[in-house]
Amino acid sequence: MAASTILFFLFGGLAVLGALSLILQRHPIHSALSLILVMASLAVLYLLLGAEFIAAIQVIVYAGAIMVLFVMVIMLLNAGEEERTSLSRTARVVGLPVAGLLLAEVCYLLYRAWPADTVVEADRFLGRTGPIGRLLFTDFVLPFELTSVLILIAVLGAVVLAKKEL
Amino acid sequence: MTDWIARHPDLVFAAIKVVICLFLLLTAVAYMTWVERKLIAHIQSRWGPHRVGPHGLLQPLADGLKNLFKEDIIPAGVTSRFVYLLAPFLAVSLSLLAVAVIPFGPEPVEVWGARTGLYIADINIGLLFVLAVTSLGVYSIALAGWSSNSKYPLLGGLRSSAQMVSYEIALTLSVIGVLLLAGTLSLREIVLAQTGHWGGMVPRWYIFPQFIAFLCFFISGVAETSRAPFDLPEAETELVAGFHTEYSSMKFVMFFMAEYSHMIVTSLVASLLFLGGWLSPFPATEFWGWTRYLPVALAGALGAVLLVDAVRHRPLWHRFIMSVLGLGCLGVAALLATQETLLAVVQGPFWLLGKTAVFLFIFIWTRATLPRFRYDQLMAFGWKFLVPLAVLNIVVTSFLVAWRAG
Amino acid sequence: MVPLSYYLVLSAILFGLGVVGFLLKRSVITIFMSIELMLNAVNLAFVAFSYHWQALSGQIFVFFVIVVAAAEAAVGLAIIILVFRTRGSLNVERVNLMKW
Repeated sequence: MAASTILFFLFGGLAVLGALSLILQRHPIHSALSLILVMASLAVLYLLLGAEFIAAIQVIVYAGAIMVLFVMVIMLLNAGEEERTSLSRTARVVGLPVAGLLLAEVCYLLYRAWPADTVVEADRFLGRTGPIGRLLFTDFVLPFELTSVLILIAVLGAVVLAKKEL
Repeated sequence: MTDWIARHPDLVFAAIKVVICLFLLLTAVAYMTWVERKLIAHIQSRWGPHRVGPHGLLQPLADGLKNLFKEDIIPAGVTSRFVYLLAPFLAVSLSLLAVAVIPFGPEPVEVWGARTGLYIADINIGLLFVLAVTSLGVYSIALAGWSSNSKYPLLGGLRSSAQMVSYEIALTLSVIGVLLLAGTLSLREIVLAQTGHWGGMVPRWYIFPQFIAFLCFFISGVAETSRAPFDLPEAETELVAGFHTEYSSMKFVMFFMAEYSHMIVTSLVASLLFLGGWLSPFPATEFWGWTRYLPVALAGALGAVLLVDAVRHRPLWHRFIMSVLGLGCLGVAALLATQETLLAVVQGPFWLLGKTAVFLFIFIWTRATLPRFRYDQLMAFGWKFLVPLAVLNIVVTSFLVAWRAG
Repeated sequence: MVPLSYYLVLSAILFGLGVVGFLLKRSVITIFMSIELMLNAVNLAFVAFSYHWQALSGQIFVFFVIVVAAAEAAVGLAIIILVFRTRGSLNVERVNLMKW
């Protein structure tokens, strides 16, 4: 039982638990905390796959900035608990089992396409910061500049939309 | 069991280092409160704590005991007890976590025949790890303010988290200048890139070429830890006590500890990035060889001062404590003077902790001296002055680096 | 030593849970968070394939997905704040003015 296997199952399990908790919790703040747990577990999984820069970016940007935005909006709007209604009979009897069946089929197909001999070894660190930076500024410089314009547009849009009427 | 330990020496060493680091850091946090109170008091022409033990040295102990015995209150209308209890826990664990990537000295060190470095982990993205831990620290304040179910903590929490997020940007941008010069994100290698001296005299520390970035980093660090003059969200005269109004006893102590350990970590990172970390400011030549014995001299001087002071106390147990401390310091000095290997190991951490102490002194000094920023002045300063300044620093630095390389 | 398909199965499970959350929850913010969960699941698949084909462009794409998610979150949350201000509730079933 190599350490990477234990880490994968531990943090993969945490991610699934976080996702389940996201959809099962009633209060949005608990859902937000579960999503942060999912993002942190995914950051560890990225490290196992060798993507160290992406793991750091996931924690700094996704879990540390975007989710802070979510939490602050939940706090500002004072979003309360959701009202409790149960699913309709159709959903419970037909919907969820069929969804589970579809998921099982997708998993089987994935397992068939990449069988157990293609293994992820946690010692080849592919995602070093230097090569990623170089790629971002040579091959992918156009999308990089476009995303900076996109973020500028998003900032302007958020300010215009959310400010109070003067 | 023992052969599992023998097959995984790295894990065992890491576990031992974690225990030592946590113990030292928690003791440092506790005595930082004493240092701060004494220092601010002397700057304000009064004595600080001086009754509990000689020179008030047992004050942190007394404070800890008091908080332990205080009633633990959870307010009635708290919407989510889990979030209310999570916030202080998150604050403390995140600020203690950042110490895991701090290198305390040049490696490696021989301990009972096994070589290990003076750091818990040396990862390629050490700097990003510290920044990630800092950005996660915003949650503890936001969640604490919201879950207290009261308007002053909510406002204080929102203001405080908005302030932390804003100054995080300036912090990250100011560090990029150092990254451009060092070419690596690993904290150990950033320190190694600062070895050597210009003209044999001035050390190649990044504070000299990156002085603006250093100022930007330090000011953002002060704002990030919500210390004065940026502590409006938690000042006593403003929003009661800000986001930790409704917290009592041990949970409040955890917030307090989190703030001080965040301060210590910021000072450590500032010394690593800008002041050359564990490198000595003196060149490594024959002429300056005597500077190796500076730790011995410091320990000896401290021991002598403590022993002389021991005589001036009246209660017997005060004299006892001071003389024990003094003799301990003299013993450490003697040990270092005789054991060469121990002296070599102590060199790196001695300089790093010295530089950290300078930064901590500056933290406390600015708290005692400067008045508070108003909240809109604070945000305007962060967004309209520090961020453009840091970006300007990046532009100039990258231009100079490219010009020198091409 | 985990097979690659385990990572992809995990990504599929997370994506599926995101879709379930998107369809079944009634608070606008939770629906938005399910969208972020779906984006994260896709990121995991990208990074897994980037490892498999030893191609860095997978991770570059993840970088862009994170950036676009940030921009989308900012504007989306501003819209949610507006919806809350006009409708007074975060329940999607109350935002039904255009239903026939």
